Amino acid sequence: MADLLNVQGLETHFRVREGYVHAVNGVDFHLKEGETLGIVGESGCGKSVTVMSMLRLIPVPPGKVVAGTAMYQGKDLLKMSPDEIRHIRGAQISMIFQDPMTSFNPVLTIGRQVAEPLEIHMGLSRKAALNRAAEMLAMVGIPNAKDRLNDYPHQFSGGMRQRVMIAMALTCSPQILIADEPTTALDVTIQAQIVDLVKRLRDELGMAIIWITHDLGIIAGLADRVNVMYGGLIIEAAPVKPLYAAPLHPYTQGLLHSLPRMDETEQRRLVSIDGLPPVLMTKPTSCPFAPRCTFAYERCLQENPPLINLDGNHQVACWVDTKTGRPRE
Amino acid sequence: MGRYVVRRLLYMVVVLLVVSFITFGLMHAVPGGPFDREKALPPEIMANLNARYHLDDPLMVQYGQYLYDVMLPKFTTTPPDNTNLSDDHLINIKIGNLWIRWMNFGPTFSSRSRTVNDIFRQQLPISMQLGLMALTVAVLIGIPLGIIAALKQNTIFDYLSMSVAIFGVSVPVIVLGPLLIWIFGVTLKWLPPTGWGSKPPYVLGFLPSKLGWDYFKHAIMPAVALGLGSSAILARLTRASLLQVVREDYIRTARAKGLQERLVITRHAFKNSLIPVVTILGPMFAGLVTGTFVTELTFGIPGMGKYFITSITNRDYPVIMGTILLYAVFLVIANLIVDLVYAYLDPRIRYD
Repeated sequence: MADLLNVQGLETHFRVREGYVHAVNGVDFHLKEGETLGIVGESGCGKSVTVMSMLRLIPVPPGKVVAGTAMYQGKDLLKMSPDEIRHIRGAQISMIFQDPMTSFNPVLTIGRQVAEPLEIHMGLSRKAALNRAAEMLAMVGIPNAKDRLNDYPHQFSGGMRQRVMIAMALTCSPQILIADEPTTALDVTIQAQIVDLVKRLRDELGMAIIWITHDLGIIAGLADRVNVMYGGLIIEAAPVKPLYAAPLHPYTQGLLHSLPRMDETEQRRLVSIDGLPPVLMTKPTSCPFAPRCTFAYERCLQENPPLINLDGNHQVACWVDTKTGRPRE
Repeated sequence: MGRYVVRRLLYMVVVLLVVSFITFGLMHAVPGGPFDREKALPPEIMANLNARYHLDDPLMVQYGQYLYDVMLPKFTTTPPDNTNLSDDHLINIKIGNLWIRWMNFGPTFSSRSRTVNDIFRQQLPISMQLGLMALTVAVLIGIPLGIIAALKQNTIFDYLSMSVAIFGVSVPVIVLGPLLIWIFGVTLKWLPPTGWGSKPPYVLGFLPSKLGWDYFKHAIMPAVALGLGSSAILARLTRASLLQVVREDYIRTARAKGLQERLVITRHAFKNSLIPVVTILGPMFAGLVTGTFVTELTFGIPGMGKYFITSITNRDYPVIMGTILLYAVFLVIANLIVDLVYAYLDPRIRYD
C-alpha cells in the first residue's frame, strides 16, 4: 500500500540563550493508510517535536524546522501556505494531547470546543455542528452526551476529558490521528480504557494513528510498527513483534530490560540505563547513545551510525551487532 | 449568586465600620484641630466653636454620634430644613406625612455654609464624570495597545506600544496637563484650558443632563491626561497576560484544530487574558471616580479631589471621614463587581 505520509530528513532546532537545541536531527519515517505507528523514547528525545514540526505547530520563534520534507497526499506539509496547512489540521490530520486538564479552553463549553472543527472545516452551522458533536461524544462513551454539551471542561474528570479530546479530534473523520502521550497524565485503569477506545475507533473509522509514548507496554498491544527515538534520531524501527522479541539497539534493549514483566517467575532487579540523555546543544556527530552504551567502542564516539536495513523491515542505527557483541563489518 | 451579593454587602458594613474607626482614631491622634490658626482665636470663640461642633465630648461619644448620624435612618414628620447645616441628610424619602432621612455626614468645618453632603452632591458628580471618561480612555487605549504589543511581540509595533506605555506611566499629570493646556488650549486655542461643562441637576445624581461639544470640549484634555497613566498600566498588563495565555496548551489545541489565527486570539485567548486586567480595573475605577487632586487642580475642575488633601491639612473632621468612607464604599463595590465579572469570564468561578 502507498504511504499516506512520508517524512524525510526532518530537522528542527530551538533557539535558546546559549545557542541552538537540536531537538530533531534528520528523522525519516512513513505511515501507511490505516496503520498504527508507535514512536517511543524518553522525555526530550524529540518525539513530540517531530510530529509538531510536521503539523507546523512548533512556536516560531524560538523553534524552526530547518530541513526535511513531509509528503502528505502528494504535497509537502512543510512547504504549504499557512492557510493550506490550516485546512489539513483538525480536518485530515488531528492531534490529541498529553494533558487533558490543560488542553481544553477553560472558559468555553465542551460543545463549542468539540463543534469548532466542524464549523471551520465542514462549514456546518453552529446548531448542526453541536448535534454532530453530541453524536461524537456519545461515540467515545460520554453518558448523556447531549446534556453535557453545555458543560465546561472542569466539570469532566481526566479520563472523560481525554475521551472528549478524542471525540474532538475525530469530528472531521481525519486520515491520520496523532496521539501525543494521550495516556501519560491518566491513571492506569483509565489508560487502558482510553487505549481500548482508540483501538475500537480505529477499527470502526479506519484512520491511521501515530501514537507517541514513553511507555513500551502501551504500544505493544496497539501499534503495527514502532520507531524508537533517541537524541532526536530514530535509532530503531521495526514491526512490533520483532522489536519486542529481538530488539537490536542497545537502547531499546535497555528500555525493555527496565520494564517489569508479568510472566517472570524468578525475581530480578530492574535494570536501569546509566547516565542521562544528551543535551543537544550541538548536532550529534557520534552515536548519541554511546556515552551510556555498554557495547560502545572507538567508532561509536567518532561516527554517527546510519539507520541500516536488516532483514527487510527491521532497521537499526548501531555500529555493533548486539547479538554477537562485535562491530558490524 | 444573590445570596453571595447580599453577604458581600453585609461584609461591606463591617469594612466601613473598621475603616471609620481607624480613620476617626487617626485624625484625632494627629496634633492640631480644625480651628487652630497661626494667630490663635480668642479662647471664648474657641470654646463656642468646640461646643457648637461637640468637640469637647469624649471621643467615643463623638464617634458614636457620628455613626448614629451616618448609619441609622431617622423617621420624622418634620421636612428637611436647608438652612440647618447639622440636619442635612443625603437621602430623604417622603411617605405620606413621614420622612425617612438617612446619611447625615455633618457640616464642613472649613466652610460656614456647606455640608459634606453638599460636596457629595455638587463636587462628586463632576469627579465621577471625569473619572469615568478617564477610565474609558484608559481602557480604549490600554487594552488594544497591549493586544497589539503581545501579538507582534518583539517587533517594531511591540516596542512602539510599550514606549507609549512607558511614556504614559512616567509622565505625570502635573507635566502632561500643563503641556496639553499649552498646546491645545493656549497655542492652538482648540479647547478651553480650564473649567467643566456640566452643572446640577445631574441625571441619576451624577450624569450630565446635556451632552454635546460644549460638554466634551472641557472633558477631553483632563480625561486624556488622567487616563493615559492608567492606560499604560492596562497596556502592560494586557500584554503580559495575553503573552502568557498564548503559551497555554489549549491555544495549541485550538491551532491543531485548524482555527484561523484571528479566531485563536479572539475566541480562545482574549477572554482568558482579561482576568488580571479586570482585577486592576476595580481599584482603578475607585481611584479615578472619587476625584484626582492634581488633574482637577491643573484643569480648574470643581471636583472633589482637593477635599481629600485639604480636609486633612485643615483637620476638617467630617470631610475627612466623609471622603475616606466614600472611597471605601467605591472600592468595596468596585471589587464586588470585579468578582462578579470573574464569574462571567471564567465558568470555574462560582459563588453559591
